[in-house]
Amino acid sequence: MALELKNVTKRVGAIEHIKDTSLVLESGHFNVLLGATGSGKTSLIKLMAGLDPIASGTVWMDGQDVTRLSTQKRNISLVHQFFINYPHMTVFDNIASPLKVAGMAKSEIEGRVEEAADILQLRPMLHRRPHELSGGQQQRTALARAIAKESRAVFLDEPLANLDYKLREELRDQLPDLFAGRGAVVVYATSEPEEALLLGGKTALMRDGRVTQFGTTADIYRNPANVDAARVFSDPPINTAEIQKEGNTARLTRDVSWVLDGAAADLRDGAYTIAIRPHHVLPFAGTAPSVRIAGRVQVTELSGSESSAHFDLGLPGSNDSWVSLSAGVHPYEVGEMHDFYMDPSAAYVFAPDGSRVA
Amino acid sequence: MKTENQKAWLFVLPVLALVAFNALIPMMTVVNYSVQETFGDNVFFWQGLDWFQQILRSDRFHDALGRQFLFTFLILIIEVPLGIAIALSMPRKGFWVPVCLVLMALPMLIPWNVVGAMWNIFTLPDIGLLGYFLNHVLGINYDMTQDPVAAWITIVTMDVWHWTSLVVLLSYAGLVSIPDAYYQAAKIDGASNWAVFRFIQLPKMKTVLTIAILLRFMDSFNIYTEPFVLTGGGPGNSTTLLSIDLVKIALGQFDLGPAAAMSLIYFAITLLVSWLFYTLMTKDDLN
Repeated sequence: MALELKNVTKRVGAIEHIKDTSLVLESGHFNVLLGATGSGKTSLIKLMAGLDPIASGTVWMDGQDVTRLSTQKRNISLVHQFFINYPHMTVFDNIASPLKVAGMAKSEIEGRVEEAADILQLRPMLHRRPHELSGGQQQRTALARAIAKESRAVFLDEPLANLDYKLREELRDQLPDLFAGRGAVVVYATSEPEEALLLGGKTALMRDGRVTQFGTTADIYRNPANVDAARVFSDPPINTAEIQKEGNTARLTRDVSWVLDGAAADLRDGAYTIAIRPHHVLPFAGTAPSVRIAGRVQVTELSGSESSAHFDLGLPGSNDSWVSLSAGVHPYEVGEMHDFYMDPSAAYVFAPDGSRVA
Repeated sequence: MKTENQKAWLFVLPVLALVAFNALIPMMTVVNYSVQETFGDNVFFWQGLDWFQQILRSDRFHDALGRQFLFTFLILIIEVPLGIAIALSMPRKGFWVPVCLVLMALPMLIPWNVVGAMWNIFTLPDIGLLGYFLNHVLGINYDMTQDPVAAWITIVTMDVWHWTSLVVLLSYAGLVSIPDAYYQAAKIDGASNWAVFRFIQLPKMKTVLTIAILLRFMDSFNIYTEPFVLTGGGPGNSTTLLSIDLVKIALGQFDLGPAAAMSLIYFAITLLVSWLFYTLMTKDDLN
C-alpha cells in the first residue's frame, strides 16, 4: 500500500493552507506528521481523506488516482483527537458501523468486531454506550473501528492528545503493534517530537502548510535539513549561535574560534548559524578535537545520571545561553566561570535563510 | 455535617402561590361548575357526575373529538416531516442563515386572529387572491364557506403555514449542534445521505423533535382562534373542533355545567396523550 501526494495545494479564499506538497507514504511503518498547532497537519490529512477539496495536484492510492473519489469510496479510517463515537450506539455497533454500511454478512461483522475488541481490550464494554466509558476506552473504541474496517489508509490525528499521561503512554506503546502487518498506510499527526521518536518509522516535518523535511525519523535527527528540523528533536533545546567564517576559520566570540574542515571549509566567507546538541558540549575535554568555551554558569540541573548546565556565552548584545549535557554529576558553581568543550565536527552549519550548508 | 431545617419551604412558597392563582383556583372553579347546575343568580343544584356521563355519551362530543384528532393528526403528519426537510436544506453557515431564520420566524409573529382573518380573505372565491386564482383562473370550484373538504384543506394549510416554522427552528437548532466531526466520521465510514440522516441527524434531533411534537400536539389540540375566525366551525359543523364546540356550549348556550365537565375531559385527554407520547419518546434515555 502506498499513498502519494503530487504537488497538492489547498486554498481557503485567498489563503494557501497547504503549499505545494509532494509525499510518498507507505505501509509497514508509521508515517508521522510532526508540526506545531496550525502547521497544516490536520489540513493535509483532510486532503488525503477527501474531506476537503484540493485546489491543485493529485492524490494517489496504490497507483490509482483518487483525487476526485469521494471519501465514502476511499476505504479509509480516521481517528480524531476528540473521541468521535456515535453516542446513541453501543460500542459493538460503533465498531461495526462501517462494516454494516458496507453490507457485510452478520457473522463476519461479529468476527471482525470481536477481534478488534480483543486487541483493544474492549470485550467487556461491547454493550455499553460511549458515555459510559472512560476517555481511554472511548478512544480505543474509535481505534477498534479503524482496525475492524481493514481500510487502505488509517489517519490518526493526535489521537492521544486528550488522554491523561499514563493512558497516553500505554496506548502509544500499543499503537505500532495494532497496525503492524495490516497493510494499511498509517499516518499519525502529532505536535510532540518525542512521539515521533518513540513511534519510529518516517517523519514529515511540517511548518506553515509545508513539509520541510521527510525521511526516516532517525535520519532527520542525524541530518536536519534546516534550523527548525535541528531544533525539533532536541531536549534540552539545541544550542545555536552566529559565527563568522573567514578563510578556514570559524569565529564564535573574540576568544573562541576553530579551524573548519570538510564541506564547511569550502563555504563563502560571511555569517552563518551553527547548531550543536547539548550532549556535544561537555564540561571536560574529550578525546575528539574540541574547542574550549568559557562561560558563566547560570542554572544547573542534576538528574540521577546526567548534569546539565546553562551558561552565558558572553556574546556582546546577546542573552543567548547554551546548555551542556553530560553523564555523571559535575560540581558547577552558579555564577562562576567554567570551561566547556565543544566538538565542532558535531555542529550543523546553516545559511542565514535557515537551510543547512554543512 | 448536614443540618436539617424547614427553610426550603420558604423558597417554594412564592411558586405555590403563583400556581394556585393561575392554575389551581381557576381549575377548582371549573370543577365546581362541572358537578352542579346553575341558572344564574348564584343558585346551584348538585348534579354529581351527570354532566360527565352526558358529555361522554353524546354524539356531538364524539364527533368534535374525532374532528379534533383528525386535525391534529393531519397537521402533525405534514408539519413534522416538512419541518425536518426544510431544516435539513437550510444553510448551516454564511450570509443566508439569519435571512432564513427571520423568514421562518415571521408567520409565528403574526397574532392568531390576524392569521385567521388573513386566510379568510385570502381564500374568498371572488376577492381573495388564492380563492380568485383557483376559481376564475384555474377553474377549480373552491369555496370553503360551502364545501367541507375545501374548509378542511384551508384550515390545515393555514396551520401548516403558521406553525411548520416552529418545527423547522427546533430541528435546525438540533442540526447545528452536531459537530462537523460526526459528518466526517460518517463519510469515512462510507455512510449514505440516508444513513447520515437516520443514524446521526435524527438521533441528535430526537430531544428537540420530541419537544416540537409535544408543543404542536398541545397547541393544535387546543386550537381555537384561527379556525374560529376562518370558518367559524362551518360549513355546518364540519370544522367545529373541540374548543369551538366548548365555547358554543359555554357561551352560546350558557350551559356552564356541561361546558365545565367537557373542559375537564378535554384537559384530561390532552394531558394523557402528552404524557403517553413523552413517556414513550424518553423511555430509552431512562434506561
